[in-house]
Amino acid sequence: MTGYRGSHATNAQEAAEWSNRRIIANNLRAIVGRAYPRIIGLTREPSWVFFEILLPFLAVSAFVFVYRALEAPEEYIGFVVLGGAVTSFWLNVVWMMAAQFYWEKDQGNLELYFTAPMHLMSILAGMAIGGLVMTSSRAIAVIGIGSILFGVTYDIREPLLLVAAFVLTMIPLYGLGMLFASLFLMWGREASHLAELLQEPIYFLGGVNFPLRALGAVSGVVVAILPLAVGLDAMRQLTFPGPLSQGLLPVGTELLILGAMSIVFLVGARFALAYLEHLARREGRLTLRWQ
Amino acid sequence: MPAELAIHARGVTRVYKAKPDPVTALGGVDLDVEPGEFFGLLGPNGAGKTTLIKILTTLLLPTSGTAKVAGFDVVTETAKIRRVINMVSGGEQSGYGLLTTREQLWMFSQFYGLPTREGWRRVDELIEITGLQEQRDQKVRTLSTGQRQKLNFARGMINDPWVLFLDEPTLGLDVGAARDLREHTLAWRAAAPGRTVLLTTHYMVEAEQLCDRIAIVDRGKILALGTPEELRRRVQAESIFRIELDHLPESGGLAGLAALPGVLSAVAADEDGSDGAGADRVALKVALADDSALTTVVTAMAERGSHLVGLAKSEPSLEDVFVELVGRGFGDQNDEQRS
Repeated sequence: MTGYRGSHATNAQEAAEWSNRRIIANNLRAIVGRAYPRIIGLTREPSWVFFEILLPFLAVSAFVFVYRALEAPEEYIGFVVLGGAVTSFWLNVVWMMAAQFYWEKDQGNLELYFTAPMHLMSILAGMAIGGLVMTSSRAIAVIGIGSILFGVTYDIREPLLLVAAFVLTMIPLYGLGMLFASLFLMWGREASHLAELLQEPIYFLGGVNFPLRALGAVSGVVVAILPLAVGLDAMRQLTFPGPLSQGLLPVGTELLILGAMSIVFLVGARFALAYLEHLARREGRLTLRWQ
Repeated sequence: MPAELAIHARGVTRVYKAKPDPVTALGGVDLDVEPGEFFGLLGPNGAGKTTLIKILTTLLLPTSGTAKVAGFDVVTETAKIRRVINMVSGGEQSGYGLLTTREQLWMFSQFYGLPTREGWRRVDELIEITGLQEQRDQKVRTLSTGQRQKLNFARGMINDPWVLFLDEPTLGLDVGAARDLREHTLAWRAAAPGRTVLLTTHYMVEAEQLCDRIAIVDRGKILALGTPEELRRRVQAESIFRIELDHLPESGGLAGLAALPGVLSAVAADEDGSDGAGADRVALKVALADDSALTTVVTAMAERGSHLVGLAKSEPSLEDVFVELVGRGFGDQNDEQRS
């Protein structure tokens, strides 16, 4: 048995001294390692096409038919299709980021994550990147099928800004997922209830199926806390320019808000994780699988 | 840099919040394990073995006391500890079922920062060592219990830890699989100096076969500590007999037997609490103050209607040590827990 050749230490104390470069490399590798099962899952379990694309598409179609029946302007069909695509990311954040630590604890993975040398934020980042890749496939499929079936046309005049809006939506969205994941460390079975609680209200408050302005005064509060709502509003403005898609705020302002949210949620997740790890170690919540 | 103790614990306690009363899982443990040692924590379920491992692997904070792994404090130096340890638990279902054996091990190698190519080399090496070549491209969810545990062992060795924690690692495995894993562990430990293993088990044979030193643990305390030989010597002064009867006497049973003059203890003969003698007879392990007390036992049994069908003098085992220290066998403890 030759062993792992990377370590030339002669005792455990030497082996425990890592350079900053090695620490960074370890964390980058951990991100790739944790993203791997999610990405490879796309090819291993083709049933996701049915559950992740066709079923959610039924909900999108329902709203399309409602708008058609009401003879609403065609832009609204585009709003719904785009909303349906972005919703996939929210569902991914709620079920495969926020609640994930609960399932990981149940499987026994959480203990192994904590006893490994990487930072837990790297595991969350791996989950986020893997989830983002996985969900992008669903989102692209929803947009593609929706556009063909319902004849949605897009008028994208500033593609780079649209890409920036998408990226700046995803960072705070998954940052929020990381923050929730930290909080979920403290919950047991209630985690799934909390995830359900997060799902439907956000559909409503996020303006997934209607323009955010329709919410009126509430929308100001929503903008302050929901990256999904702000990002979707910005992307709609950039995709369907016109009087009907006039946003709640100018695109530039919304991108600034998203940038601020990115910092707040990522830094918040980092500190929440450290605090809640300590709390969980104190109360034995990392190890008691029946909790 | 001089090598520190692999494990050092002083006055470690752990109290869990519970209703109606808090539960003391560890009641002040002192322990020193040298680098390179194969050390066993032997005790029944609920003895506190796993709690101690959770503290040493940085998953749980001690309520009081200090504990160090490789010289690093489990409360304040967790990052350094996590670079030099790994852990394997019995019945572990870790990882992701959709990955293949090879992919699963590679994923874990990334958590320990192995460079990609080195990671795959190490994965293939461990697959060969643990005999999982035929399952290398099989999805993890299709592996049998024994294969799964071999995979867990390979995962635990992926980073060549300096201190490997094994928590009931052969729990639920058949005899062959358990033997294979014990052999892998011994070979791994012997392959390089300084590799330390802390094993928790309630299998006496496993502890005797693997461990350089053993601590007998019960109800959160270490009751005795030494090499298997040293521990057995503690009860060498006694005479231990395996007695087979056609049935237990209806009046008094085991307790009545243990109360006879000259009898120090009387328990069912096998580790699992069964007597191991089949349906038509019962086998007991009886510790006597000296051989002369045997006559008293045989006579008393006959008077109570039980007939002797087998008799053999036993060498003391670790269970005898446990019985002497605690006054009951492992099986009795399990029975108490089940009731």
